[in-house]
Amino acid sequence: MIGISNLHKSYDKGKVKALNAISISIKQGELFGLIGPDGAGKTSLIRIIASLVIPDSGSVKVFEYDAQKEYQKVRNIIGYMPGRFSLYQDLSVEENLTFFANVFKADINRNYHLIKDLYDQLAPFKDRRAGKLSGGMKQKLALCCALVHEPKLLLLDEPTTGVDPVSRNEFWSMLLKLKKRGITIIVSTPYMDEASLCDRVALMQSGQILDMGTPAEICNLSGLVLYAIDSNQSFHLMQTIKEYKNINTCFAFGSSLHINLKDNDIDALLSFLSARGFPGLEYSKINAGIEDVFMEKLNQVV
Amino acid sequence: MNAIEVYNLTKTFGSFTAVDHISFHVTKGEVFGFLGANGAGKTTAMRMLCGLLEPTSGEGKVAGYEINTESEEIKKHIGYMSQKFSLYNNLTIRENIRFYGGLYDIPKKELKQKTDELLERLGLTTYADKLVESLPLGWKQKLAFSVAIQHNPEIVFLDEPTGGVDPITRRQFWDMIYESAHNGLTVFVTTHYMDEAEYCHRVSIMVDGKIAALGTPNELKKLYETENMDGVFRKLARSAKRNE
Repeated sequence: MIGISNLHKSYDKGKVKALNAISISIKQGELFGLIGPDGAGKTSLIRIIASLVIPDSGSVKVFEYDAQKEYQKVRNIIGYMPGRFSLYQDLSVEENLTFFANVFKADINRNYHLIKDLYDQLAPFKDRRAGKLSGGMKQKLALCCALVHEPKLLLLDEPTTGVDPVSRNEFWSMLLKLKKRGITIIVSTPYMDEASLCDRVALMQSGQILDMGTPAEICNLSGLVLYAIDSNQSFHLMQTIKEYKNINTCFAFGSSLHINLKDNDIDALLSFLSARGFPGLEYSKINAGIEDVFMEKLNQVV
Repeated sequence: MNAIEVYNLTKTFGSFTAVDHISFHVTKGEVFGFLGANGAGKTTAMRMLCGLLEPTSGEGKVAGYEINTESEEIKKHIGYMSQKFSLYNNLTIRENIRFYGGLYDIPKKELKQKTDELLERLGLTTYADKLVESLPLGWKQKLAFSVAIQHNPEIVFLDEPTGGVDPITRRQFWDMIYESAHNGLTVFVTTHYMDEAEYCHRVSIMVDGKIAALGTPNELKKLYETENMDGVFRKLARSAKRNE
């Protein structure tokens, strides 16, 4: 189990509060997501768990070890993939992998089953310098190097940022496979749609946890009543809805608008819109998604 | 009138064809989404359109100027903003606005007034002399967008402008895009958020250096028989042969 209790961290002599009273406990074998935009505190939290940053107060237990007092033990059982590419650009693909295996005194052949799927795709380029790989290939190599010593906990800091939807999908299938092997995974992402692939998530903003739970719990317990109106990409429609007296929120979601009303009276809104030149709009009542809940919580904070 | 029109635009690097005979146009005032998987050739295409990279073959016009012969004029008549690089963190907000205004030859007297107006419009007047690095990311992006269009370009290129911001700020950013398009600005935008693709008037999807699909989001969803742009993207990108 990973036990994070009451973590505080600030930078710049206390001016920037990166983490504010963060407590999370993560079960062994869980795929846990830290979901939030830049500046939410995701990277600080991951670095503290990895024993690389010392918190102002609070503690972290990585399985039986304390991340501060027993950092050497912790570092042996974690695999960490930072947000920025941090392999040796001048070493080849194969040399990087060998290097990381040696550092951890790991036997590549014995652990090959863990990285086989990834490394099979890298093998044709094994003599290429890591710096010359494409973005997607760099990411695969970085994951290989984080896995080669068979860590018990995998820490992935925004592995899918800037990655196209198809490659993101592939990366997540890989994570689900690793989870099946019993590896505990903590992964951060700014993409709200990736939350649904996690067992549990923490929604983070400005160093705080806005909400935590399984994606289904978070959506169901939000109590958010939402209507989707087919917007047909009309900017004017949205502007008009925002002028309505009982509007709480109105946000564009792809080709529809997600609307939350103070009185939940959708018929009244529709007749208002009809009078303002938008007759016959189609609507449906929908279940809130993670992104809806996130925005609702953000509004409450503001 | 078209803000962009290109015919058979091609770029090869050695034996590798990064952009392979693409032809399309973007109408004035349109919000045009330029999508594709990593490595499909988007960046190379965009660099040619911005006058930063000479095409191997093909031709076209951006903001009325020839890509092959008038790249300097193109640079003057477009705006560009990317998530990775747009503002100088070590300059103040006011200095950033004036620096970019200077780059685009806005006369000094005019620039001073324009700077004040822009600060006021963004509600940043009281923060004008603070370093940009102290601004929250969402504000940086709004500022970067405003700075990129302060010389009244005909077209603005936005390269993944919304990466990393919170979902409310992301939508506010799109409100700004819409407002500008409503005022006649042409917007050419790349994104990895497929819901944002739905906000574009038309989108193109590049696969292996070619434009594999182009149309309104509704047309493409019908054509590929899926409910959203994510489905369209997946169906198309799966056909890619190029492994980045």
